[in-house]
Amino acid sequence: MENAPLFSVKVTVNGQLFEREVEPRLLLSDFLRHELALTGTHVGCEHGVCGACTVLLNGEAVRSCLIFAVQAHGQEIVTVEGLTPDGGREALHPLQEAFREAHGLQCGFCTPGILMTLIPFLQEHPQPSEGEIREALSGNLCRCTGYHNIVKAVQLAAETLRHG
Amino acid sequence: MKNRYIGKPLRRNEDARLLTGQALFVDDVHIPGMLHVAFLRSDHAHARIGSIDVSAALERPGVVAAYTAQDLGDYWQPGPLLVPPPPIKDIVFHACTQVPLVRDKVRHCGEALAAIVATSRYIAEDALDDIVVELEPLDAVVDVERALEPASPRIHEHIESNLAAHVVQEKGRYETAARQAHRIIKRRFLYDRGVAAAMENRGVVANWDEKSQQMTIWDTTQAPIPIRNGLAAMLGLSESQVQVIAPFIGGGFGPKIMMFYPEEVLIPWIARELKCAVKWIEDRQENFFATTHERGQVHEAEMALSEDGRILGVRDVFLHDTGAYDPYGLTVPINSQCTLLGPYRVPNYYSEFKAVFTNKPIVTPYRGAGRQHGVFVMERLLDIAARELEIDRVEIRRRNYIAPDDFPHNHEIIYQDFAPLTYDSGNYLPALERAVEMIDYHKFLEKEKARLRAEGRYAGIGIVSYVEGTGIGPYEGARVTVEASGKVCLVTGVGTQGQGHYTSFAQVVAEQLGVEVSDIRVITGDTREFHWGTGTFASRGAVVAGNACHAAAKAVREKILKLAARLLKVPEADLVLEGGRVQVKGKPDQAIQLGDLARQANPLRGAVTPGTEPGLEATAYFGPERGATASGVHAMLVEVDPETMMVEIKRYVVVHDCGTVLNPMILEGQIQGGVAQGIGNAFYEQLHFSDNGELLNASFMDYLLPTALDVPPIETDHIETPSPLNPLGVKGAGEAGAIPTGALFVQALEDALSDLDLEINEIPLSPQRLFELVEAAKLERTVVS
Ligand code: FES
Ligand code: FES
Repeated sequence: MENAPLFSVKVTVNGQLFEREVEPRLLLSDFLRHELALTGTHVGCEHGVCGACTVLLNGEAVRSCLIFAVQAHGQEIVTVEGLTPDGGREALHPLQEAFREAHGLQCGFCTPGILMTLIPFLQEHPQPSEGEIREALSGNLCRCTGYHNIVKAVQLAAETLRHG
Repeated sequence: MKNRYIGKPLRRNEDARLLTGQALFVDDVHIPGMLHVAFLRSDHAHARIGSIDVSAALERPGVVAAYTAQDLGDYWQPGPLLVPPPPIKDIVFHACTQVPLVRDKVRHCGEALAAIVATSRYIAEDALDDIVVELEPLDAVVDVERALEPASPRIHEHIESNLAAHVVQEKGRYETAARQAHRIIKRRFLYDRGVAAAMENRGVVANWDEKSQQMTIWDTTQAPIPIRNGLAAMLGLSESQVQVIAPFIGGGFGPKIMMFYPEEVLIPWIARELKCAVKWIEDRQENFFATTHERGQVHEAEMALSEDGRILGVRDVFLHDTGAYDPYGLTVPINSQCTLLGPYRVPNYYSEFKAVFTNKPIVTPYRGAGRQHGVFVMERLLDIAARELEIDRVEIRRRNYIAPDDFPHNHEIIYQDFAPLTYDSGNYLPALERAVEMIDYHKFLEKEKARLRAEGRYAGIGIVSYVEGTGIGPYEGARVTVEASGKVCLVTGVGTQGQGHYTSFAQVVAEQLGVEVSDIRVITGDTREFHWGTGTFASRGAVVAGNACHAAAKAVREKILKLAARLLKVPEADLVLEGGRVQVKGKPDQAIQLGDLARQANPLRGAVTPGTEPGLEATAYFGPERGATASGVHAMLVEVDPETMMVEIKRYVVVHDCGTVLNPMILEGQIQGGVAQGIGNAFYEQLHFSDNGELLNASFMDYLLPTALDVPPIETDHIETPSPLNPLGVKGAGEAGAIPTGALFVQALEDALSDLDLEINEIPLSPQRLFELVEAAKLERTVVS
């Protein structure tokens, strides 16, 4: 019952390079949360359904509970903390601002994952229809809001981003 | 005076932290050297323990300790009974509460058998495989009706049967009403189990500091203060040695008000044993087994009616599945029993229930907390009565509403707060009429439906009413302090799980003190900050804690005015509090900032008048004499796909009355979220158990939560009938959205499938189940014709 050998992982997270020795089975979600103390990424199911753990891997939304930290070696990750590098002290990202404006969050547990799902979505769909927004959100579970205010927040954010 | 802050849709104070990933949740707590716990859980629902051998686990590198029930010594105790049975005549109640680790017999799948402590969660989970358990499986009690048969296996051997409780409540004489009735409707109704599925699973971190002899606990609880008091007693510590923090909580919905879960009791104990910090975070699968459930009931109900559709009486006899233990007493079935009466005048009522032990996870309140069942039975009976008496569904409700001048309305039975079920205020007809208008009820039935049917489409409409008992006692408290910076600190004992308390409570205080809501720092759920109170449950935050905030703010306002009057040398009546300062009316240059006043109220030198309290601070409590009754009407348009039996909700309308509204944006959010859970409960979510009591769908792959594609926009409107029972006039709203949805769904589906004369008397449904019901109805028609 020896402990598994450790592997070296080098990843850029929110623009900063990190290097750590980790077990190959360590999930990316646990790596971010517990090795790098970036606890804004949440885990709600650890089996790839809820979307709370979504982060950007090379610009694409992925579920960090379905990826091993070693798979992210040499790649770029953005977490919710990366949306406002100063922790939102100065200003929120327009998407975050829209969530606040439209009351798109209640307990806020699902929110980081939803924001990270929407960042690439809004890049690809600057003028999304309600149907497209709902489709894009359908892989993220939220138990508090009933989704409608999230949809409104996305519409609002899309508008700001287009005119901003 | 017009409200300045109350009633405004202000954006939330807490959002920036949540949106930037800076809010602290329990699993975010990290303490150097912290150890991690995993629990070995039983695969069997009912089994006698032979032996549990943890020695191999202890050999594994990284494992620090392993515990079974034997290792706990005197600390091993069944949990406390949280809610004693109410004072109802001839009540039978057997308290059998959960245990920290199973000692002799497993009573539900997922019950914890042993705990492993290791340097990482991964190692702790690995080591679970090293534990050798010998146990003898027993026949499981799964079906709530068979549980009471004499031949049924017994779950708790020290009581004679699986009967947990027997309660009869009666008003008038149902038999007399039945004898006079023109028509009696009699049916059987089923309501099955689901889970609350808050996105954040449960978790506990405990840190015992040997040097300061202090225990700090972070807990995903809705009730940090009772947890602190209970754990201090169990651990033999002074309450001042234990601090419980409920930080940001990722959704509560009820199961997090259940207290002294096994893990909650064990983690602090382990931390003290090992003199360090210990963390346990539930995973999603554990959440399905180890966190409490709700909703299993079987009702045999009948309604006696006059020819014109007036309710003469209702009789309801039901079984309530309480699961393996009943620590939460009878709150859920009593809620079912009381909420059944709804907004209606029911002169005669006979209600009897038996709570029954089964080998399934424990049942405690989940949003709605038994109210759904009562509403389902009543609304179904009215729907069926309307059909049989050929009265319109809206009309039969209208005819039976309690009249607006009939309040307070005493139903003459005992409610969950142990007081007689008395509605404080209400005005039901305007909400019904508004909902009828919003959904265009008559136009749909007179024109639309036939037009769509001609196109081969199956569309239907539903409309239901309900009441919700909210805001029950005993009390909550709050402390308001004006700080030297001029900002205000508000502390209250209740925890918060997303309801926006950081904002709505601040609005209540801002109203009195005339400061901006964003200048009020709200602290909740930390026993070191405030240690009197009970918790966030039964839609009571806004009512009970909100009014405590109001009272404390008023007291601070008085202090401010008194001091300012002295300093500015004018009568108090000439002063106004606005924009963070006190000003002489009409003389903007004669003013003093709140921060300056706070400093003057807390001098560093000099003498103060004897008996003066320092600072601009006050603590106040509020305890309502009884609960406030909110009410509402939901209406829905659906279309059913006759091939797949998928249901599309075309429109969903809620007209709600919860008294004075503190923040309409937050209120609407509560309603939308509640409806989404109601939709899940009605059409997506159902727990499936095998005959052995194993839970078959314990994952989000197999247990379906509604997604953004399943929940439509909810159109809302409000009627405001203030509660006379509290100064703010508020009633609770937390559960309203979820309560009538099941009843609404079946009514709308029956309407959509009215060609078939389908009658649906169960919840939850699903496309498969609807298909089965439709096929059965078709078959019946061919047999009959
Ligand atoms: S935690 Fe990764 S999808 Fe749920
Ligand atoms: S806001 Fe609570 S789960 Fe989405």
